[in-house]
Amino acid sequence: MTATTVPGVSGVDSGFWTRQRKTGVVLVALGLIAAVVFGLLATSKAARFAVGETTSGFALSIPGTLGAVLFGVLAIAAGAVLAATGRRFGLWTALSLAAFVASFLCWQVSQAPGTLNTLALGNLAKGSLELSLPLVLGALGGVLCERSGVVNVAIEGQFIAGAFAAAMFGTIAGSIWAGIIAASIGGLLISALLAVLAIRYLVDQVILGIVLNVFALSLTAFLYEQFMQKNQDAFNKPPRVPQWDIPVLGDIPIIGPTLFKANIFVYVALALVVAIHFGLFKTRWGLRTRAVGEHPTAADTLGVKVLGLRYRNVLLAGLVAGIGGATFTLLATTNFNKGMTSGLGFIALAALIFGRWNPVGAFLAALFFGFANQLAFSISALNSPIPTQFLSMLPYVATIVAVAGLVGRVRAPAADGKPYVYG
Amino acid sequence: MRGITKRFGDLVANDHIDLIVEPGEIHALLGENGAGKSTLMNVLYGLLQPDEGEILVDGSPLKLKGPADAIRAGIGMVHQHFMLVPVFTVAENVILGAEPTQGGPIGRLSLDQARREVIEVSERYGLPVDPDAVVEDLPVGVQQRVEIIKALTRDAELLILDEPTAVLTPQETDDLLEVMRGLKESGKSIVFISHKLREVKAVADLITVIRRGKVVGTAEPSAAPSELAEMMVGRSVILTVSKEPARPADPVLSVSELVVADDREHRAVAGVDLEVRAGEVLGIAGVQGNGQTELVEAIMGLRKVMGGRITLQGIDITTMSTRETLDAGVGYIPEDRSVDGLVKEFTVAENLVLDAYRRAPYGGRIALNLGGIAASAREKISEYDIRVQSHEQPISALSGGNQQKVIVAREMSRPLKLLVAAQPTRGVDVGSIEFIHNRVIAERDAGAAVLVVSSELDEVLALADRVAVMYRGRILATVAPDTPRDKLGLLMAGVHD
Repeated sequence: MTATTVPGVSGVDSGFWTRQRKTGVVLVALGLIAAVVFGLLATSKAARFAVGETTSGFALSIPGTLGAVLFGVLAIAAGAVLAATGRRFGLWTALSLAAFVASFLCWQVSQAPGTLNTLALGNLAKGSLELSLPLVLGALGGVLCERSGVVNVAIEGQFIAGAFAAAMFGTIAGSIWAGIIAASIGGLLISALLAVLAIRYLVDQVILGIVLNVFALSLTAFLYEQFMQKNQDAFNKPPRVPQWDIPVLGDIPIIGPTLFKANIFVYVALALVVAIHFGLFKTRWGLRTRAVGEHPTAADTLGVKVLGLRYRNVLLAGLVAGIGGATFTLLATTNFNKGMTSGLGFIALAALIFGRWNPVGAFLAALFFGFANQLAFSISALNSPIPTQFLSMLPYVATIVAVAGLVGRVRAPAADGKPYVYG
Repeated sequence: MRGITKRFGDLVANDHIDLIVEPGEIHALLGENGAGKSTLMNVLYGLLQPDEGEILVDGSPLKLKGPADAIRAGIGMVHQHFMLVPVFTVAENVILGAEPTQGGPIGRLSLDQARREVIEVSERYGLPVDPDAVVEDLPVGVQQRVEIIKALTRDAELLILDEPTAVLTPQETDDLLEVMRGLKESGKSIVFISHKLREVKAVADLITVIRRGKVVGTAEPSAAPSELAEMMVGRSVILTVSKEPARPADPVLSVSELVVADDREHRAVAGVDLEVRAGEVLGIAGVQGNGQTELVEAIMGLRKVMGGRITLQGIDITTMSTRETLDAGVGYIPEDRSVDGLVKEFTVAENLVLDAYRRAPYGGRIALNLGGIAASAREKISEYDIRVQSHEQPISALSGGNQQKVIVAREMSRPLKLLVAAQPTRGVDVGSIEFIHNRVIAERDAGAAVLVVSSELDEVLALADRVAVMYRGRILATVAPDTPRDKLGLLMAGVHD
């Protein structure tokens, strides 16, 4: 017997204008806007980009108008290559968008009044990563859950539960470690509800997730009013995580302050990205998790415990997302407040989809949102003529554009959101 | 297996079944769809728990709590619907559940060892397959090999093959039978489930026939086909439908250069031309998945057409909505009644007026006329011999055959110019098959054009006046229904002289 070779079914010709090429054209248009509009608005004053964490120290300097036009032209070029070839989509898109942003920054920095015309790139990078931390951890929680076939809309709820528990128990014990452990347990409790109701009682998982979010937000608000508000010192003065300065390495331009003058959450998040990626694609647990998320019946017929694995992954997801919640109260400068997660759990969900249910993809997507956020902060510090309301919209607009425009058709795990019943 | 009984509610799927499989034996389990073969094998594989009876392996009783226990006892199963994760590679699918690891608490996979295992088994039993190919890109015949390899790497001594030939071309079927003989040579036992007499006779050592959940007897493969068929269905069946020669008139449906994409945006229908005349049945034969589904859905306006034209008596219906197509005089029996043909939660009466609820006497501008709906339902139930307790029963409580009759009754109660019937008797009992076939022919004789699509060659040959064979999105040839089977088989496999 010989292998029957069957030629692959030919794809439908979508003609010359593939999605890649269309995107290229849009990028060219964006580049044109950058070169012309940003170029006209920029001043001839130098735009200075400091490589360190502060505006002092070594800085790259370029005349504003020249920079805005040059980077605009670069954005056009990268977009044009994509439109012409239709290949290497990721590379050219990233290059073109980066040049667009650089052109925009040349304008913004060069128009800043007086001596404000310096942007600290180290600070921009560090801030981007820190602002993305809850999103990274939340999206990883989503990966764990959804890869095994349970939709996790409850990330927001896991965040707020984690944030509350971290503030409360971190304050009582006076230790950040107690806070982090409490946060992961807080997230775990929300996950436990999600797991039991979704897996055991087959409740619709999207509706369940939203209900759990409302539940967690109201419960923490209630507890806040009952305990914290009356006695802030005893219950809502959590310690802050320290910044660990690693000598020498911390002085590397841009990367130094980001990675080597960082806090525990940065390292936890990066370690978890690597660990979950390795686990998902290189280990027995990962193979079974993906199988259960794609075709649970197949896994069942081979003796894999489908429901057990789902319980385990959903609980793990709560643990990870709960730590993400701790970043709100242990890292940021505010104490716990009602509804302080302000919808970031949903942005984490968007990062999960933008990252195509892949741990590294979700990390990069979260980083992108963090960058948009930090950019808004950095620009308002430059006395930008753009109203701050528009700047604070930036991350959300970026989310919509990224998820709707850049992702294209993504394929979720086939059994995502479908309960499994034996027999 | 001794005295196995399995009930689902009132239905006794297996009624005190005894089955003995000897080592190195190919034991065929013959029976119609719904006879209880698959249920019995799911019990043997630990997927279902029997209500009574016991399973013995080498003389000692075995308690199966799940498939893991069955695998440990040396039982492997190739399911009718493959249990493969489409986005995984062959090697990943084979090791799932029994993964070789590099040791340590992390459980890091050893994919190299997995590849070696796949290659070793595939060479030993003549089952060539690339361990790194992604399963969803493989043809079904190869996917089935992966399933067999999966069982063999788990040291299965008894292999259950549940309807393995249903999705194969005749050539792939021959290959499979050859593999089965090879496995037998190396001492494995095989339970071969099928309702196809020819295959069973070709390969089995012993045949056990099951009917309505009971063993009706065993037979040697040398038994006459008619005798086996009778055991299967309990009475002599006329495999052919008695009908007058067709009297084709003017063309009703004509399809030209039709191109349709499937859900994965591949070209599923790649330039089909066909014509169906009033008063004739055009049958479309072919192995499932060669574009038949997409062709039918395009005609019915359920799927976007990428190119070409569809006309009904000269009127262009290419871009018509499904409702407009139905109103133009087309009847439609969809291939999967539970998905497309019926609303499972609705009653029999409601399902009977899904097409006509907005017209008198069933409904007015605002409200439905429940009395009219009920009266017409009672009428159709008796006319089409639909076995129900009441027209207010939910449709899901009916057997497959009666559900199908509800669809037939609904579609044929309009004056039809064209009837499109896809897999009209899939999962339907013999009595209903006969009834539905006769109705289809009656529709033809009343002057309608009929397009029948079926993956059962016997059905196409019984109904059709002309047979078009579809392969990889094209009509390879149109032949007369008395064409020899082996020639049709070659056409279905894409071989065209």
